[in-house]
Amino acid sequence: MPETSAVAAAPESLEGGSGVRRFVPSLARAPKPVRVAARYAALLPFVAYVVYFLAVPLIVIIIGAFKNPTTGAFTTSNVSSAVHGVYLEGFRQSITVSLIAAVIPGIFGLLIAYAIFTAKRGAFLRQIVITISGVFANFGGVPLAFVFIASVGSSALVTTWLHDIGINIYTLGFSLSNVTGMELVYMYFQIPLMVLIILPALEGLRPAWREAAENLGARSWQFWRYIGGPVLMPSFLSCVTLLFGSAFAAYATAEALTSGSIALTSIQIGNLVSGNVLANGTNLGEALALGMVVIIAILMVFYLLMQRRASKWLR
Amino acid sequence: MSALVAAAKKEGQLNVITLPSNWANYGTIMSDFKAKYGISITDANPEGSSAQELQAVTQLKGQSTAPDVVDVGGSFAAEGQQKGLWAPYEVQTWSDIPAAAKASDGDYYADYGGYVAIGYDPAKIKVAPTSFKSLLTGPYKNEVAIDGSPAQTGSAFAAVYAAALSDGGSFANIAPGISYFKQLKAAGNFNPVEGTPATVQSGETPILVWWDYLLNSEVKTVVKDLKIVIPTDGVYAGYYDQAISASAPDPAAARLWEEFLYSTEGQNLFLEGSTRPIELPALVSNGAVNAAANAALPAVPGSSTLQLPTIAQQTTAGTVVDQQWPSV
Repeated sequence: MPETSAVAAAPESLEGGSGVRRFVPSLARAPKPVRVAARYAALLPFVAYVVYFLAVPLIVIIIGAFKNPTTGAFTTSNVSSAVHGVYLEGFRQSITVSLIAAVIPGIFGLLIAYAIFTAKRGAFLRQIVITISGVFANFGGVPLAFVFIASVGSSALVTTWLHDIGINIYTLGFSLSNVTGMELVYMYFQIPLMVLIILPALEGLRPAWREAAENLGARSWQFWRYIGGPVLMPSFLSCVTLLFGSAFAAYATAEALTSGSIALTSIQIGNLVSGNVLANGTNLGEALALGMVVIIAILMVFYLLMQRRASKWLR
Repeated sequence: MSALVAAAKKEGQLNVITLPSNWANYGTIMSDFKAKYGISITDANPEGSSAQELQAVTQLKGQSTAPDVVDVGGSFAAEGQQKGLWAPYEVQTWSDIPAAAKASDGDYYADYGGYVAIGYDPAKIKVAPTSFKSLLTGPYKNEVAIDGSPAQTGSAFAAVYAAALSDGGSFANIAPGISYFKQLKAAGNFNPVEGTPATVQSGETPILVWWDYLLNSEVKTVVKDLKIVIPTDGVYAGYYDQAISASAPDPAAARLWEEFLYSTEGQNLFLEGSTRPIELPALVSNGAVNAAANAALPAVPGSSTLQLPTIAQQTTAGTVVDQQWPSV
């Protein structure tokens, strides 16, 4: 690469006549391709990361989804199985569960975040809530499932206490291992996650707008109906989209709580690609994964559109 | 044999995969092998699954870290055979392995196994369960668990298979096992959380249906009084298979490892891990068996002839469970 070495060898030059010494980085005089390359060089680690952890797996999934597990020949039967029968049911169930696990925490998270937002800046409680949210939002998987099993499982601590005062939550229909129980566990990390991601949007809501509205005679509901609501809505929806993605991908928690008795796509993929029962299942698993990729891709487009709208006001 | 030992020692290294040290006594087996031959062992992904073992064999092909030998469920051994992943090998005691428990071309061969058993904590369970039927009718509200999804976990799958045998099913028909668990759930006795030593200890699932040897090595260590019984109405045995990778980076060490596992010493080590080594009948008849360890095994009700489902039956059953389990 003669150009690069030439640049490296060129001394930093100081240009400009008659006593004005201006610093000109040597790169500015380098040939155009080198300048362009240099401008994007800092992006390289990120690009490498994305290629290795996103693009390559994606390509592997796409190829695998269309391969016959034994012969390796091209086939559409994996994809066809993936959208029929129990696997179609898995997608339906996954989407339903994720919608519930996105909308309810979305609303609660927004309310909590608003409460923190209106609290005085730097207030102790506010700091506590934000810190705790950060911890809870990242707590998941089998440990989380066991926390719930040990606290409100059928013979767990809280259940026994309640039983001692005459309340048996299990005869009242509560269970950790049905869809409702699983949703409850999801709330544990989804609500704090919502608090964390919606807070910046709330902070973009300028007090001046509220003051202006009040000066013009607007009532509180009018402010929310015509100003606060419309400004926040795109952010709210994009945050809910993220929550949906987080619930959609959840795997270990659901597996540990239900022993796979609820058909979720993530669990079905786990059964197929890393199980001890279904041999020759990898390719079908990849077809299911491809289905999840498509759903998430649609969501991401929606998310980006919402983000674009949100950024109009919240800068 | 001495030539094999010399060649293996020259390689000096063996890659195994997915062998938890508290599973079937593998911890001791590996350390004894190391001590005996001075060959170091790398155990990759100890908590992995059979499917992951096959993926490792395929994906690491040609690398020095690729697995030399695997220990997989029967249907995965057969999948590997179809894909040409295994190097056929017959250990010296080949004739002691029952024909139903090995591939006739030497591609894979059963090593150890056990029976589906009911493990329960007598401190919490006052009425001793003896059969699948008793689990259904007994006072075990929310107390019976299996160790995960039968569509994913081999032992949970075996529990469904055993339940099928108790309720009119057969090796060719696992569906009654699924309807059994539906009934167990309807009766309020089935707790669908993933049963683990921790859930037995905490009392969340004081009854766990699992392999007898895992109940012994993993649960009995935390619940000292644990009782382990093989259900009288659903006697189901499952064996794991050994196979040598065709692209093993240490082929001689791999073969020496198999010879070690199938030697009297290796088979007795499996037995000491509460599993039933495949050559156990031969060990008993030639008197080489560790009698104390053999006597400690839970008694098998009924006839003692070992019956195993064929690979095709297991594959069909797996598909049925995958399709129907979510309806439980």
